[in-house]
Amino acid sequence: MAELIPDFTPVNLLTGFLGSGKTTLLQRLLADDDFADCAVLINEFGEVGLDHHLLERIDDTMVLLQSGCLCCTIRGELSDAIKDLHEKRARGEVPAFRRLVIESTGLADPFPILSTIHSDPVLKHHFRLGNVITTVDAVNILAQLALQEESVKQIAVSDRLILTKTDLADAETVVHALERIRAINPAAPLWRGAEEKVPAWALISFDDSQITASHIGVFDEKRGHSHDHGHHHHDKNRHDAHIRAFALTFDQALDWTAFGIWLTMLLNRHGNDILRVKGILDVMGSEVPVAVHGVQHLVHPPVHMSAWPDEKRQSRIVFIVRGLDPMQIERSLRAFSGLGEMTPARVA
Amino acid sequence: MCALCGVLGGSDHWTDSAARPGVFTRNTDSFSRRRERMLRVTQANHILKHFGMSLSDWQGASYLLSTVTGKTEIVDNLTHLWVEAEKLSGRVCDPLDTGLIERMERLHG
Repeated sequence: MAELIPDFTPVNLLTGFLGSGKTTLLQRLLADDDFADCAVLINEFGEVGLDHHLLERIDDTMVLLQSGCLCCTIRGELSDAIKDLHEKRARGEVPAFRRLVIESTGLADPFPILSTIHSDPVLKHHFRLGNVITTVDAVNILAQLALQEESVKQIAVSDRLILTKTDLADAETVVHALERIRAINPAAPLWRGAEEKVPAWALISFDDSQITASHIGVFDEKRGHSHDHGHHHHDKNRHDAHIRAFALTFDQALDWTAFGIWLTMLLNRHGNDILRVKGILDVMGSEVPVAVHGVQHLVHPPVHMSAWPDEKRQSRIVFIVRGLDPMQIERSLRAFSGLGEMTPARVA
Repeated sequence: MCALCGVLGGSDHWTDSAARPGVFTRNTDSFSRRRERMLRVTQANHILKHFGMSLSDWQGASYLLSTVTGKTEIVDNLTHLWVEAEKLSGRVCDPLDTGLIERMERLHG
């Protein structure tokens, strides 16, 4: 059995606001071969019992967290539940699952969940973060974004988006919903759940914190007006009013040491307002690009990509920020990048 | 502990290498690990000077962060550094601060 268990079991967070169709999606996914050998964690809160009964496949590898919202009990119960699953798997008491899906409550801030997997002293040696999958309710998302900050974060940190209930909304509402979603998260692949079959494999592909060429490509096309994201919305009471996404490109190779100093310093001071950093870097001394991926204060281990996504060898970094000035971030990174040039001992 | 480089265990901070396949592995050997730490200290000091502080390597395992008056803290990694730097100096260490950016721009022309 041991050889069946991956060194680092991927963990996918399935999130989305109340009533956005998380459980329906999960039911569908669990029936798919790509989600075979998958354990599921669900937490109880409000909709709970419902979730519990709706899910058809409740077996030994499903754990129901009893004590409420994941984001409140994160350090204890979620961590304990995953460790418990891990131990039972090691002892052969549950099937050797190769993937773990956590379905959060609709009201949960996704960051503490991601942080637990990433930082728990035991979990980080056995599990790794996979894609965050977010369901978005086309009918209600505009109201939710205005009222609930969690819904903004759920979209911002998402790697895969599923727009649900598009069959229940008129075309104009769907267009507005898409505009808002893309202003918050311009790069994550998106499917319309009601109109197209969501391919299970695509939700979990490239989930090793990798960045596909298409992610960056999609964003680059929008770069001309990317700095304007967020300026369209003047209602200061909206939770998403100050969220903006933008991309920076650098033609000169970046100094890894300087970049690390800059990003750690930036996240220390502004981590709460940097919902997402994702990019491919042309790093001095490296022939292949390095992918970096961060969510608020949490930065994934950088990954060497196998090749450049296209003929352009340049660093491209996408930021999703709240209330920060993109121009100042760019100016700061350029200024810090000069640190490498001031280091005579640099050996490429 | 590595007998040659004196590094106890390994840091799993994202700016360091990590022992899992595919992860950024610039510092797999002790020489490059040491060199990277030296570069980090040198570069961080250009910034910390702005706040009246300095950084030094401690045994290849941690860093010592000191103020000009001698207050000193041990820090583990770059994330920890900025938390302690703000505590020790009582100042906000903000890379988006225009004064700091202008200083950096002047430094490298």
